[in-house]
Amino acid sequence: MPAIDACALDDIEEEDLIRFDHGGKTYAIYRMFGEEVFCTDGLCTHEQVHLEDGLVMDYVIECPRHNGRFDIRTGAAKGAPACIDLATYPARVEAGRVIVELPA
Amino acid sequence: MALLDLIKFPTERDYSLTGPEAQRAIDNGLAGAEWYRTPIDRKTMKALMRRSDGPALRDTALWFALLALTAAGGVAFWGSWWAVPFFLAYGVLYGSAADSRWHECGHRTAFKTVWMNDVVYQIASFMMMRNPVVWRWSHTRHHTDTIIVGRDPEISGMRPPQLIVIGLNLFGLVSAPQSFAALARNAMGRLSPEEADFVPESERPKAYWIARAHMAIYAATLAACLAMGSILPAMLIGLPRLYGTWLLLVLGLPQHLGLAEDVLDHRLNARTVLMNPVLRFLYWNMNYHMEHHMYPMVPYHALPRLHEAVKHDCPPPSPSLYAAWREIVPCVLRQLRDPHHFIRPQLPEGAGAARQSPPLAAE
Repeated sequence: MPAIDACALDDIEEEDLIRFDHGGKTYAIYRMFGEEVFCTDGLCTHEQVHLEDGLVMDYVIECPRHNGRFDIRTGAAKGAPACIDLATYPARVEAGRVIVELPA
Repeated sequence: MALLDLIKFPTERDYSLTGPEAQRAIDNGLAGAEWYRTPIDRKTMKALMRRSDGPALRDTALWFALLALTAAGGVAFWGSWWAVPFFLAYGVLYGSAADSRWHECGHRTAFKTVWMNDVVYQIASFMMMRNPVVWRWSHTRHHTDTIIVGRDPEISGMRPPQLIVIGLNLFGLVSAPQSFAALARNAMGRLSPEEADFVPESERPKAYWIARAHMAIYAATLAACLAMGSILPAMLIGLPRLYGTWLLLVLGLPQHLGLAEDVLDHRLNARTVLMNPVLRFLYWNMNYHMEHHMYPMVPYHALPRLHEAVKHDCPPPSPSLYAAWREIVPCVLRQLRDPHHFIRPQLPEGAGAARQSPPLAAE
């Protein structure tokens, strides 16, 4: 998967996320603390609501519509109404930029 | 169900989830649609969504303490009139206040700690005679398609409102037997067609097992009644869902009653009612109902702050419960003659444009 320069690290607040659209798909890029970043699909697997307005707390993203919860490290759904895992993608920080590896 | 039909007013529209209105809602773009939300900047929103265990721990400890005290008083004075006020209070704490605990913990926003939400959710679901799995999915649909006819399983005020049923339900005389029958059905490993419409296959075994657990507790309560030759055990477990549920209807029906159907804007189909601190404790701030629907991520204890953040864009709240019912009663009485009548809240000047459904917008 090609590495993509998605944004500056400082574009994302700690314990927060931003939306990132690329190649006709939409993703969510998360920052926990310092340079710890993660990337998942952007849409909740429950009803395809974008996670960008959700709450990040203790490595969990909570969907803004129905409070479906996913582990941002693994994509694991953590209980109803989220029953299907989120896809995750490698993410890292290089020289203050967030690099994500997404499908071509 | 046929017996129930004898006391229901006929409705023009089919409010079931399996009738023609379900397809109509989908065809009209009302199912799973994008809803209006008052814009709030991300920093403010994050502060409003922030979770905490403190307020819910305090309120839950107080709730359990009041339940224990009133139950103890009821038991101690059982057989005398002095038991009545204790059971009146116990019933409301059980059959009315449990609803808001069920609701907030169902969203998993009341506590920061997830298991605390889940424990209180299970207890409150039992008290309200609700299958916690089925009702979680029911409420999920209610949030996706709020008061969309044919989609929302939690529309309590149809047009015309079923006033006889609502009156009987002040003491749970229709809703509790229905809930109990649903639990019995689930315990036998079956869902109704309506339940099957919103509970995914993967969740159904859990729904069946929890229903069996609930039925076992009711069976044990019945056995205790028989062994003691007294209804006292049932006065503590089960019957409060009848004799204590009246306040829930008084507080809860104003959430949506008399307001629009089939709109994509909670400012038009949900009502916020200002209440005193005692009622807000019993109701866990669910009186800020429009705000809750707009931003269900916000925990109950932050809803007053959310109200302040969005009120410039929303209809004025009902200043009191009395004012809300003064608005509702004439409306529902008129709906008996004219089911097309409903209340159209006035948005303040400068508010975001109302998001009407296509048929309403064309009126």
